[in-house]
Amino acid sequence: MPAVVVAAAVLAGAGAVGGLARAAGEALEIDLNARFIAVTASFTGATVDLYGATDGAGDVIVVVRGPAARITMRRKERVGGIWVNTDSVNFPAVPSFYHMAASRPPADIATTETLAASGVGIDRLPLAPSEAVPAAERAEWRAALVRAQQRARLFPQQIGKVEFRGIRLFTTRLVLPANVPTGKYEVDVLLLEKRHIIGHRQALLEVRKTGFEAGIYAFAHERPALYGLIAILLALVAGWMAGVAFRRI
Amino acid sequence: MTIYLPIADMSVDVFLLLAMGAAVGFLSGLFGVGGGFLTTPLLMFIGIPPAVAVGTGVNQVVAASVSGVLAHMRQRNVDFKMGAVLTAGGLVGSVAGVGLFTWLRTIGQVDLMVTLSYVLFLGGIGAMMAWESGRTILRRRRGLAQRGKLHQHTWLHGLPFKTRFRRSRLYISALLPLAIGLVVGVLAAIMGVGGGFIMVPAMVYLLGMPTAIVIGTSLLQIVFVTAAVTFMQSVGNQTVDVVLALLLLAGAVVGAQLGSRAGTLLRGEQLRGLLALLVLAVCIKLGWDLVAIPRDLFSIGAVVLQ
Repeated sequence: MPAVVVAAAVLAGAGAVGGLARAAGEALEIDLNARFIAVTASFTGATVDLYGATDGAGDVIVVVRGPAARITMRRKERVGGIWVNTDSVNFPAVPSFYHMAASRPPADIATTETLAASGVGIDRLPLAPSEAVPAAERAEWRAALVRAQQRARLFPQQIGKVEFRGIRLFTTRLVLPANVPTGKYEVDVLLLEKRHIIGHRQALLEVRKTGFEAGIYAFAHERPALYGLIAILLALVAGWMAGVAFRRI
Repeated sequence: MTIYLPIADMSVDVFLLLAMGAAVGFLSGLFGVGGGFLTTPLLMFIGIPPAVAVGTGVNQVVAASVSGVLAHMRQRNVDFKMGAVLTAGGLVGSVAGVGLFTWLRTIGQVDLMVTLSYVLFLGGIGAMMAWESGRTILRRRRGLAQRGKLHQHTWLHGLPFKTRFRRSRLYISALLPLAIGLVVGVLAAIMGVGGGFIMVPAMVYLLGMPTAIVIGTSLLQIVFVTAAVTFMQSVGNQTVDVVLALLLLAGAVVGAQLGSRAGTLLRGEQLRGLLALLVLAVCIKLGWDLVAIPRDLFSIGAVVLQ
């Protein structure tokens, strides 16, 4: 994905040579008010504010992508009266989170080709199953994947608002729900003028489980046998203590 | 106040979990049942993945049963030899059950199997209990005394490996308790229950054990088998959430005390009738989810971050 964006930026650079006075690299500066989000026991989601400055008028599109995931989709069919998973399809590289924000409707500020080349918009994400799926069913599986991610609030349907403060300063708020996957998030900011990209900046945002809960998760996966023994021991001690406590009352 | 459950990987309200634990504890105190068969479906109803609901449910049963077995041991109401045979069968069954569980998980059918087993077992047991308690209540109204046969001789008594179980005053084939333990072990693994609701009637009616010893002996098997399943689910599937289990337990110990006090206010067959209705209600809800047209035919089966 970054490669595609870079290609777009190079194209934009070519455009700059052809008359635009700006250099792609300097046209845009961005920053996030947080680079690291800690998922703790009381985590209920997070908001991150993105600030940016351009060196002149233009439009801005912000795309946030969560770490890539391999997602298995299943389809139910009625078998003997009950609904059973009968088919499955794997999508090898799905952004585990996808959100976009724009200063105006994307179709108004960029050409379809530009949007497609930089993967802007859920409809333009290159999501392809890893196994051969009849062409007729491809779109159905893809739509189902998007639907499922939207239900989980991981592909927010609402396009966020990039708001300009004056001509050159802009800001947008990124909202991450409580169930965001952990990992490195790429925040790509595109500056557009005359429907072409003239600037691109990327910031990284890391979502990490911290504290006691992260320890438990890591422990359960790295030392499963010991975890199992401790789970038993905790249950035995807690159950026994509860019994003793209530016998006294 | 929400808490993030590390293994279930979701945020849940702490008070909801405590209340659920208390409700199940109340019912288990009221009806004298373990409550595992209510915990797992309830966890599934609030959105905990079925695999985690099963793995955690079984861990909670360990905690819920340990003080009971200790109490019965103090009152010498445990047949250790019988318990050992039941446990041996239970361990074999639970190894098979966890193996089956892990395999079904890889092919994406574990949710279906958990739900189906619940519908079948809850439906069967709820119907039997409703029938039995309804009959007793009617008989009492008509003023008829009931008296069943004390002992029936069937082909079960002709099986080999006859063993003397002194505490239970039985001389029966060891294969019988072994088989009962085995079935219960499989259920513990795939349903996240202790299996008392199957084992107790089987011990009373199939083995003919004295009722006083049945509860303590079955609890002994339950503690060992659910502990073994907790271990195997942790190793094989990483689906045991200790935070969730402890929260449920905290609610359950309080609820159980209230429940056992409330239980003295009702007659046995009324209690069983109420429990039957509850079991059938859970069964109908789960069964309905199987046959009703799903909101979306497609669902996410697995997500592996790269």
